[in-house]
Amino acid sequence: MGDMTTVTALWWAVIFSGLYHGINPGMGWPLAVSAALMERKHSAMPKALAMLAVGHFLAMIGILLPFSLMTVLIQWEVEIRVVAGLLVIAMGIYLLINRRHPRFLARVHPARLALWSFLAAMAHGAGLMLLPIFLGICAIGADETGHAAAQVLMGNNVTTAFLVAAVHTVSMTMAGGVIAVAIYIWLGLRFLSKTWFNLDTIWALSLVCVGAFGLYAALIGH
Amino acid sequence: MNLRPDPTFHASPKLAMQAPVENYAFTVMLSPDGSQSDGIAVVDVKPGSETYGQIVHQVIVPNKGDEFHHFGWNACSSSLSPLTGHAFLERRYLIVPGIRSSRIYVIDVKEPLKAKIHKTIEPEELFAKTGYSRPHTIHCGPEGIYVSCLGGGGEDGTDGPPGIFIMDCETFEIIGQYEMDRGKQDKHYDFWWNLPQDYMVSSEWGLPPQFENGIVPEDLLSNKYGHSIHFWNLRARKNIQTMDFGENYQMALEIRPAHDPTKSYGFCGVVVDTTNLQGAIFTWWRDDDGVWQSKKTITIDPRPEKPENLPPLLQGFEAVPPLVTDIDLSLDDKYLYVACWGLGEMHQYDVSDPMNPVLAGKVELGGIARGTKHPNGKDFAFGPQMVEISRDGKRVYWTNSLYSTWDDQFYPDDEGGQMVMADVGENGGLTLNKDFYVDFPKGLRSHQIRLEGGDCSTDSFCYPSV
Repeated sequence: MGDMTTVTALWWAVIFSGLYHGINPGMGWPLAVSAALMERKHSAMPKALAMLAVGHFLAMIGILLPFSLMTVLIQWEVEIRVVAGLLVIAMGIYLLINRRHPRFLARVHPARLALWSFLAAMAHGAGLMLLPIFLGICAIGADETGHAAAQVLMGNNVTTAFLVAAVHTVSMTMAGGVIAVAIYIWLGLRFLSKTWFNLDTIWALSLVCVGAFGLYAALIGH
Repeated sequence: MNLRPDPTFHASPKLAMQAPVENYAFTVMLSPDGSQSDGIAVVDVKPGSETYGQIVHQVIVPNKGDEFHHFGWNACSSSLSPLTGHAFLERRYLIVPGIRSSRIYVIDVKEPLKAKIHKTIEPEELFAKTGYSRPHTIHCGPEGIYVSCLGGGGEDGTDGPPGIFIMDCETFEIIGQYEMDRGKQDKHYDFWWNLPQDYMVSSEWGLPPQFENGIVPEDLLSNKYGHSIHFWNLRARKNIQTMDFGENYQMALEIRPAHDPTKSYGFCGVVVDTTNLQGAIFTWWRDDDGVWQSKKTITIDPRPEKPENLPPLLQGFEAVPPLVTDIDLSLDDKYLYVACWGLGEMHQYDVSDPMNPVLAGKVELGGIARGTKHPNGKDFAFGPQMVEISRDGKRVYWTNSLYSTWDDQFYPDDEGGQMVMADVGENGGLTLNKDFYVDFPKGLRSHQIRLEGGDCSTDSFCYPSV
């Protein structure tokens, strides 16, 4: 498989993970519905979605950025990716074992959507799910640049981190937005509880899978 | 943990009203003198059922002297809060506190006819983890189950102020005190909230020595029972405003906020105005500046009565006070039901305009020096007390006991536990249902009622009715 194809696949993974996060009620689309209904105006919904997007983006970048800086240690590339993969797997296993909901999320004021979105993404390891994909993209980038100056490489990776977080957040917001708008305009509140599935186990397993993929890609794939 | 939200969780009050009706009611049974164990009666309320209006199962606890009073669910429609993202709790357990023993039972009612005790929390654990005693009102909210307590620490519950504690909604472990800044709050009774608007309102009865051995007339006449309600920033756990109705408004009890979360008003019932023996309802609301206001919107007059017909406690007044001891608001925020336990009346007010309630219906049953019989010809001990409305607003259930020692003071000659139901007319109005009359086992009285799948004083909704 050529690097181009792999890169394309990885970017699709970024988009797909965004859609996946977006449909998860735990990432906030019900808040967009409630904001529009509580404020009794349509404009409250795009505003709420935007605030949720800001929080989610910051949570993504909060995870990706430190790793993008670490990629400057090019000789440790494999080790960093292994550690990242293990970290993601560990988070998945933790969520599988600890089925308790993070209680502190309930302490956030209902109007502070960006803060809530940031904390929810952090607590559920949403950024971690993106990490192996991001590192995969970086690794291919590093191969292509060859032995470029560390600074250039880091600069590239920082740009990639922002891009990955942005693309992911846009697709997340689209997915969540479509559900929120559909419920708000056509389907009605009855569908709120009908469309609400318990993704806890699938989510945790997703983390394990993505982490395992990261390990595989680091040790064998690349 | 379910894969889908519990079908009895509803996003808005309107959706809850459209949901299937209740098949069972759960009603507290208490032994007034502690000679028997207390329990929960499962009552068949499904019309057409062969056992309609009968107690079809009882959960009797192993201890004596608990004195069951109020109780509530482990989970309700508040689980659909957009802030949780995890709506997969089951409405399955009833949290039943003993108001006298401070013991708490968690009862599994997944199969109502096989309901059984799931867990018992001993009083010592409650004292040690919270510093509170005499647990009372239950609501499920952010972070878990909230329980208000009428007593603080120490033998008589006066060592430190009473308050609310939080309990885990899955393991039923007591987490600890709720309050971070209680302000002037030094007594407790009921509480409820508006989750999206992030406020809570709490009320005051009195401290344990003021109620456990009966009402203390001197305390009442010197206005020493509670007469304030407290507004809280719910998530900051801070008392932001204490509203004093005036010291003559003794015992500000039930708090009933509008169910629709876009509304910022509610009601509070006051048992007795010591200047004229009236019962009163206050409407409270938040004004445009964010300050809480209140106004007395309903008064109910006492009924003159010859002293020889009255219990010793009331003889000097030559009147029967209405004694507004419970109120309940229908899910459409349209009708407020007011139990006048002294008069022996259940009032129905149209509160479509919460500032101008209009009496829409009334039923007479029991009552001091009146003892109106049920339409089926049977006696109704005491007066209408704990009231619960079906989700669709068409049936109103109530029981008759207020509190063991108080029953004996106001109705020294009465004994028994009954639960009845009244049908609500198309355009208001209230008529007792001749066929629904539950007589509780001998020696047991009845208090709060909970309806299968939720009712009008349990569920907190996070989305407006649209």
